[in-house]
Amino acid sequence: MKILVAVKRVIDYNVQIRVKEDGSGVVTDNVKMSTNPPDDNAIEEAVKIKESGKATEIIAVTVGEEKAQETVRKALAVGADRGIHVKVDGTIEPLAVSKILKKIVEKENPDLVFMGKQAIDDDCNQTGQMLAAHLNWPQATFASKIEVNDKSLQVTREVDEGLETIEVNTPAIITCDLRLNEPRYASLPNIMKAKKKPIEQINASDLGVDTNPRIEHIKIEEPPKRKAGIKVASVEELVQKLKNEAKVI
Amino acid sequence: MSVLLIAEHNNKEVKPFTLNAITAASQIDQDLHVLLIGSKADDVAKSLSEVPLVKKVLHIDHEIYENYIAENYTAAILKHADKYSHIICSANTFGKNLMPRVAALLDISQVSDIIKVISPDTFLRPIYAGNAFATVKSNDEKKCVTIRPTSFEAAETTGGSAEIEKLDAADQSENTKFINREEIKSDRPELGTARIVISGGRGLQSGENFKLITDVADKLNAAIGASRAAVDAGYITNEHQVGQTGKVVVPDLYIAVGISGAIQHLAGMKESKVIVAINKDGEAPIFSVADYGLEADLFEALPQFLEELNKLNTIQK
Repeated sequence: MKILVAVKRVIDYNVQIRVKEDGSGVVTDNVKMSTNPPDDNAIEEAVKIKESGKATEIIAVTVGEEKAQETVRKALAVGADRGIHVKVDGTIEPLAVSKILKKIVEKENPDLVFMGKQAIDDDCNQTGQMLAAHLNWPQATFASKIEVNDKSLQVTREVDEGLETIEVNTPAIITCDLRLNEPRYASLPNIMKAKKKPIEQINASDLGVDTNPRIEHIKIEEPPKRKAGIKVASVEELVQKLKNEAKVI
Repeated sequence: MSVLLIAEHNNKEVKPFTLNAITAASQIDQDLHVLLIGSKADDVAKSLSEVPLVKKVLHIDHEIYENYIAENYTAAILKHADKYSHIICSANTFGKNLMPRVAALLDISQVSDIIKVISPDTFLRPIYAGNAFATVKSNDEKKCVTIRPTSFEAAETTGGSAEIEKLDAADQSENTKFINREEIKSDRPELGTARIVISGGRGLQSGENFKLITDVADKLNAAIGASRAAVDAGYITNEHQVGQTGKVVVPDLYIAVGISGAIQHLAGMKESKVIVAINKDGEAPIFSVADYGLEADLFEALPQFLEELNKLNTIQK
């Protein structure tokens, strides 16, 4: 079994976002970038499946600018066998990413495609489902537990009401929740070894996919600030304020 | 052109977030049709037809729709989506799973999780977990939009009498099978919809100490939340987690106890109407979003808080 894992480079989740004054976006210069957190879970799960003997090869793929390669390199350091970097500059929407990934899937013929359920930058939560649609494959989104069988997977999904379990036949797309596993850290020897693993570079323009954005970002702004609150001196005062001023109890 | 809203339901009743999405959809275009895909869901069709904002209910009834499978729903939606300018649903796990599959097959770049309708093609949506707001304009001819339910009031549910039209089912997917659903049952209000939420953080120091939170929650009829730190430390199970990677809550009253206020937690609660923070560290970032901050040791403050609440006889259940 062959597994393709898609990863995205985003602003690190511990960084406090700053909005550019001209409203054109958020500041990314000199800001720490990392792999999108649930994409780490996707890689981890693929590596675990390979370690259990049920997969033979893991390919990590990313779509993005030159530096996006770092996320592929990191995936190689935790256990992916080889990488693909589809190069594209500027904003790229999930719809276009899903079309690019479709081309990669057609080239590589994986049995499974894993990725994070959502990227923490644009918060779109679309790419996996869109790729499944283009390929007419089944989708199991927000996976928190995966059981690999011969020609199918049993996937437990995090849904509003609790947990839902579905069975999907392979080939299938799985989007991963943070609860799926605990991603490992890359060891130094593995980071060194990863430097020798191959990363194929492909230009998005060579894939014949239209990557022009369909959505115009008119303005990016800071969310409205909450008005400054007050400190209360005692529990009694707190309860009185909640009852008489805020009127919420 | 009209807008088509996809209803979420359990074949017996409409899920509450669909009512919030109806309000948003009606702000895009008043000619709002609701598509109900289900099995033996006549009661749901009837209750949707009574929602005054709904102009028409389209009802597809077939046993293959007994459980919600995105592949089957997508096929049904595509069969009937032609004459609509917008396809809309709530941005909860139901809509997040479904809408991109529909959008991709219509070759539409979806607008996810909007919090405001500015015009029929322009919307406000949070990005970076609510740390920035983006005004976006969709240039696709037809639009797929998901709605953040907590940003719109729920629609009125009585007084309407929309026509119900029966439509044909689509083909069933062979490759996805529903196995089961474990719903977490609790006597408490659900975290996502509770009027009051009280959350504990690492300051609680142990799972046993969460009893202090539970006691106050019982008194206030509140849902119980937690920070990621408390969940990671094993004090409480992860369905209680509030934050960027947990649930986003917008209650009338949010009480954060022993929570420092990491960016990731603030993203899940800072839209709450009134925020209370109880923390012994006066410099904790949680105080920057709190309407009422109490700098105190929670182990003394929580029992006192309960005592003071017991003195009041006006707690709304």
